[in-house]
Amino acid sequence: MSAHSVEDIKHDSHRLRGSLLDSLADPLTGALREADQVLIKYHGSYQQDDRDIREERRLQKLEPAHSFMIRTRTPGGVVTPQQWLQLDAIATDFAERGLRITTRQAFQFHGVVKGELKTTMKAINAALMDTLAACGDVNRNVAVAANPLESHLHASVQSQAAALSEFLLPNTRAYYEIWLDEERVDGSGEEDEPIYGNAYLPRKFKIGFAIPPVNDVDVFAQDLGFIAIVEGGELTGYNVSIGGGMGATHGDSETYPRIGDVIGFIAPNQVIDLAKAVITAQRDFGNRAVRKRARLKYTIDDRGLDWFKAEVERRAGFSLAAAREFCFDHSGDRFGWVEGEDGRWHLTIRLLSGRIWDRDGASHLTGLREIATLHVGEFRLTPNQNLVIAGVPAAMRERIDALTVQYRLDDYRRASPLRLKSLACVAFPTCGLAMAEAERYLPSFLDSVEGLLDQHGLRDAPINLRISGCPNGCSRPYLAEIALVGKAPGRYNLMLGADHRGQRLNRLYRENITEPQILAELDPLLARYAAERTPGEGFGDFLLRAGAIAPRESFPLELAS
Amino acid sequence: MNAVVNLPVSPPLPEGKAPLLAQLTEGLDAASLWWLSGYAAGLAGRTAVVLADQIVHPVAGASADVARLSIVYGSQTGNSKRLAERLAEQSQAAGVTVRLVRADAYPLRELIDERHLQIIISTQGDGDPPDDARGFVEFLLGKRAPRLPALKFSVLGLGDSSYPKFCEIGRRLDARLEELGATRWQARADADLDLETIADPWLEQALSLARESLKASTSKATVTALRPVPPATVYTREHPFAAELLANQRITGRGSYKDVRHIELSLEGSGLNYEPGDALGVWPVNPPQLVAEMLGTLGLDGEAIVTHGGQSLALAHWLGSKRELTRLTRPFIASHATRAQDAELDRLLAPDQAQALARLLSDTQPIELLQRTPAAWSAEALVAALRPLTPRLYSIASSQKSVGAEAHLTVAHVEYEDQGALRWGAASHYLATQDEGAKLPIYIERNERFRLPKDSSRDLIMIGPGTGVAPYRGFLQDRIATGASGRHWLLFGNPHFRSDFLYQLEWQRALKQGQLNRLDLAFSRDGASKTYVQHRLHERGREVYEWLENGAHLYVCGDATRMARDVHATLLSIIAAHGGKDEDAATDYLSELQRQGRYARDVY
Repeated sequence: MSAHSVEDIKHDSHRLRGSLLDSLADPLTGALREADQVLIKYHGSYQQDDRDIREERRLQKLEPAHSFMIRTRTPGGVVTPQQWLQLDAIATDFAERGLRITTRQAFQFHGVVKGELKTTMKAINAALMDTLAACGDVNRNVAVAANPLESHLHASVQSQAAALSEFLLPNTRAYYEIWLDEERVDGSGEEDEPIYGNAYLPRKFKIGFAIPPVNDVDVFAQDLGFIAIVEGGELTGYNVSIGGGMGATHGDSETYPRIGDVIGFIAPNQVIDLAKAVITAQRDFGNRAVRKRARLKYTIDDRGLDWFKAEVERRAGFSLAAAREFCFDHSGDRFGWVEGEDGRWHLTIRLLSGRIWDRDGASHLTGLREIATLHVGEFRLTPNQNLVIAGVPAAMRERIDALTVQYRLDDYRRASPLRLKSLACVAFPTCGLAMAEAERYLPSFLDSVEGLLDQHGLRDAPINLRISGCPNGCSRPYLAEIALVGKAPGRYNLMLGADHRGQRLNRLYRENITEPQILAELDPLLARYAAERTPGEGFGDFLLRAGAIAPRESFPLELAS
Repeated sequence: MNAVVNLPVSPPLPEGKAPLLAQLTEGLDAASLWWLSGYAAGLAGRTAVVLADQIVHPVAGASADVARLSIVYGSQTGNSKRLAERLAEQSQAAGVTVRLVRADAYPLRELIDERHLQIIISTQGDGDPPDDARGFVEFLLGKRAPRLPALKFSVLGLGDSSYPKFCEIGRRLDARLEELGATRWQARADADLDLETIADPWLEQALSLARESLKASTSKATVTALRPVPPATVYTREHPFAAELLANQRITGRGSYKDVRHIELSLEGSGLNYEPGDALGVWPVNPPQLVAEMLGTLGLDGEAIVTHGGQSLALAHWLGSKRELTRLTRPFIASHATRAQDAELDRLLAPDQAQALARLLSDTQPIELLQRTPAAWSAEALVAALRPLTPRLYSIASSQKSVGAEAHLTVAHVEYEDQGALRWGAASHYLATQDEGAKLPIYIERNERFRLPKDSSRDLIMIGPGTGVAPYRGFLQDRIATGASGRHWLLFGNPHFRSDFLYQLEWQRALKQGQLNRLDLAFSRDGASKTYVQHRLHERGREVYEWLENGAHLYVCGDATRMARDVHATLLSIIAAHGGKDEDAATDYLSELQRQGRYARDVY
C-alpha cells in the first residue's frame, strides 16, 4: 500500500472510524475491508493470518485463516494481579497462543477471530486497560525502565510516563463507540485532535523513559527518549534524546536504523510540553509522501538536528539546558530477587521471547495464574520481554519461589547469560511482515550458539543476541552484539558489533546466510574473543577493537560514559 | 418378388390413414417392407423418448382407448424413470400402445377411464413420495380418488431397505388401488438399491402381461427399431467410462470434523455430456482393509473361487467390487440371525421392532454385525446374501460451459471410528483415497427435475447447506458463462465458518464481481445457538417472497430428512406471512411453484 493511500485513509476516516462497524459485521469473510485494516491499528489491533497454513487454505479454496493480534496500552508495563488474572482469562477464552510480552512492555494476544474481537476488547477494558493507540501512526505504548531497586524513583518516573501516555491519546471517541457501545453524539467523527490533526502522525512514534545505569528500554532506539537524571537520590529531570529508530528496508540505503541524539536537559514538569513540541514538529514536518522515510529520524536527518531542536524549543516555549552526565552499564534485566529500598522484594524471571503459555511440558500460564492469585504487589513487564513480580513482602518470597520451581518459571537461575539476554520478535506464523522465523527459531539457535560458546569456554559471556524476522526491527536487533535479521526462510543477515549498553549500532557482517554459515562465521570470532578479550570487555566492543568489524563513521554516544 | 399386403380388418389407425398405408406399401419388396417396419418402429421409439422428456398432456378423450397401457412413474434420482422408459420402449416394440407419463403430468381426472396402469415409483426419506409424484400420490390416497372397478394395475416400488419405511409409497398405492376396486395385474415388487434383481423379473412379467392383453391384433412381427448409428461406445450405468481423476483436494480446513473433497474428473474422449443439475454415478471399490477384515472375521479364503449367478470370481473380488459391504440390509440380518441362532437379533425382525431395526440398519455395517454376533458363513452363502454393489450418485458441481470435458464433485468423505475400528462410506472413501491419475468407473445420470430455468432472466434462490451446495457451483458457472441476466441468491450452511465454508474463495470472488447477488450463511456451531439455513431463510422471508413473486426459481439440495423438510415448512410460513395467505393457500402456492418447475429439490 502506498504512503499516499495510508494518508488518505487516515484523513478520510472520520477520526479512525472508517467503515469498521460494517467490516466487523460482514459474515462472509474473517477479514476487514482494506482501509479498515489500516484503521484498526489505531485501536490496538492488527489483522493477520496463520501463514503456516496460508497456501494449504488457498488450495482448499478457503480464504486465509484471518485473525487479529490485539496489543494493550500499558505504560511501563505495570499491571495488578487482578488485571493479570483477567488478561489470563482473555487469553484462554479468545486467543490462541497464550499471552505475549512485547519489547515495549505491552501484552499481545494472537489469534482472536473477527467474531470475537469486540467481546475481547470489552473484556480488556473491563480489566481497566485499553488498546487505544497501541499501534498506528500515533504515540505508542510508553516504555519505562522496570527498575526494581529504587521504588520511589520508579514510581515517580512511571507516573510521569503514564500521564504523558494519557495526554497523548487521540481525542476521537471512535474506540469507545466501536468497541464499548458508546452512543454516537453530535460532533462524533469531527473531534478536535490538537496534537495529531486530521491525518495523525506521518508514522509511528515511540517514547521511552530510562533510569540509569540500566538501559533496559533501549532509550536510544526511541523517537523520543527521557533519561532520568538522579542527583542526591532525587529525580532532578531528564536528558532528552530524539531521533532513534530501528526500522529499515532491505537493500534501500535511504532507510537505516539510527540511535537518538541527546539534545539537552529538562525539568520533570517540562516533559509534556517538550513531548508535545517534538510530536507536533514531526507531525508538521515529517515526510508524508514517502512512508518508509516518515519516521522522526529521517525528519531530523533531512532538516538537520540543530534546526529541529530550534523548532522544538520554539514550540515548547523554552530552551533546553545542557545535557547532564549519565552512564549506562547494560541494556539487560537484573534477574532474581532484589530488595527494594522500601523493604519489599522484587523477582525478575526469564520468559523466552515473552511468550507465556502452557505447552511443551511447561505450564507458565498456569504458574503465573497461581502466583497472581496470591500476589499482593504488582507485575511489571520489562522491555526485554521478561517479568518482574514486584512488591513482594519478605514473608511471601518462599511461596513464590516454590511456585516458580513447580511451574518451571525459574529458568533465570540456570540459563546462560546469552539465553537470558536474548530477544526475538514474533515473526511467523502471525506477523505479516516476517521474512524468516524469529520467536520459534530462537530456542534452537540458542542451543547452537551455546554449543559454540562451550567449545570456547565462553558459556558465561554476557553476549546479547537478538533475532528479528524482518528489517523493521521489533526486537531492536541493530543494538545487539549478535543479531540475525530475516531475509528469507532460513536465511538471515548477520549483524555484529553493537555494544551491550544500547549506545552503538551493529554493522552488517555477512548477508543472507544460513545457520551453518552463521555458526561458521561466529566460530573464529568467538575463538579470538575467548583468547584476546580484556577483563569485562563485551563481544561487540572486542570485535571493534580487534578490527574484526569496521567502525561506523560516528558514534555520538560512544564516549558519553 | 412382390409381397401381397393384407391389411387387417380394422387397423388401429386414424381414419383415412389406412388407404395411405395401402398405397405406400403396394408393390414394395420384402427388404423395403422390413425397412419400413423398422423405420416406423424407430419413429415410435423416438416418440416414447419425447414423451418421457417433455411430458405429453394427452388429448381429452384419447384416454377412452381401452387398448392402451399407461405407465406412470415417480422418480427422485432417475431410476424409476429409467425403468419406466425401458418398459415403455419394450411394450411399444411389442406392438402395445403406450403412454408414458411422469406422475405430476398425469391428468388425474382421466384415472377413472384408465384400464391398464403400471406404476413405477420410488420412496424417499421417511416414507415420502418423490417430488414429482406428490400430487399424484395425494390424490390417489385421498378422498377424491374415484372407484376403479375396471382398472388392472401393477406397482413396482423402488427404495432403500436401510430406511424403515422401505418402498412405503409403492406399498400404499398398491393397497389403495385394490381398495378402490381395481384388479391387481401382478403382485407388487419392492426393489432395493440393487434394483435389477427385483425390477427385471417384474418388468418382464409386466411386458408379457401387456403383450397378452393389449397387443394390437395386427402386429405379429417383432420389429427391431432402426436407430441412428450410436457412437462407437455409449457409456452408461452398466458400461461406465473410466474417467481420469484430475484433482482430489480436501476443501475443509484444519479443525473441521468433516473431510469434504473437491473431485475433478476428466470426461475427455468419453462423449459424455451433462447439464448443470445432473448427477454423476460412481461405481466404488470397497476398502481393501474392509474386505480383509471381513475375510478374517469369517475365516474365509479370499482366493477361493465363488460361482454366483453364472459368474465365477475370487471371493475377495466379489467382496471388493461386486457386493455391498458398507450397508446392512434386512435380508442379510435375517440370514445372519438364522445362522447365528441369535434370538435377540431374530426378535429385531418382528413387526413391532421396526424402530430398533431401523436404528440397527442405519448405525451398523455388516462387518460390525458379523463381529458382534459370530456365525459360520460359507463363501457362497455370503456372496448370495450380500446385496449387489450399486453405484453412488453425486450432484455435479460444475458446468461444461466453464470446465469443458471435466466433471467436478463435492464429496463428503464418510470415515468414522466405531469401537476402535475405522468405518467408511464405500464411494466417498474410494474417491477420497484415489490419487490423481487414477481411472474411476463413472457415468452421467440425468436429473431433468433440477434444471436451470430456460429463461435466463429468471432469478435463482439456491438453498444448499453442506455438500448440497455442489450443483449451485455448476449453476453459477453456467449462468456466468451464458451471461444470464437473472440474479443469484445462495443460502449455505455448515458447522464452522473458518473450516467448513465450502468454496469460500469462489463465492467471495463471484460476489465481488456481481455474479452472485446475495449470500446468506448459517454456521451452526459458531454461535451459542444453532443456526441453520432455514433460520436465515426465515429472517429474509420478505425478500424471499418478493423474489418468488418476481418469478424466481427456488432450489433445495442436500439432506432430505431434516433440512429439506424444515426448509419446506419455512417456505410455507414465509408464503403465509408475507403473501397474506392461510395454510391451504400457502400450500397451493408452493405446489403451483413445484408444478411450474420453479421449486426443485435434489435431496437425499
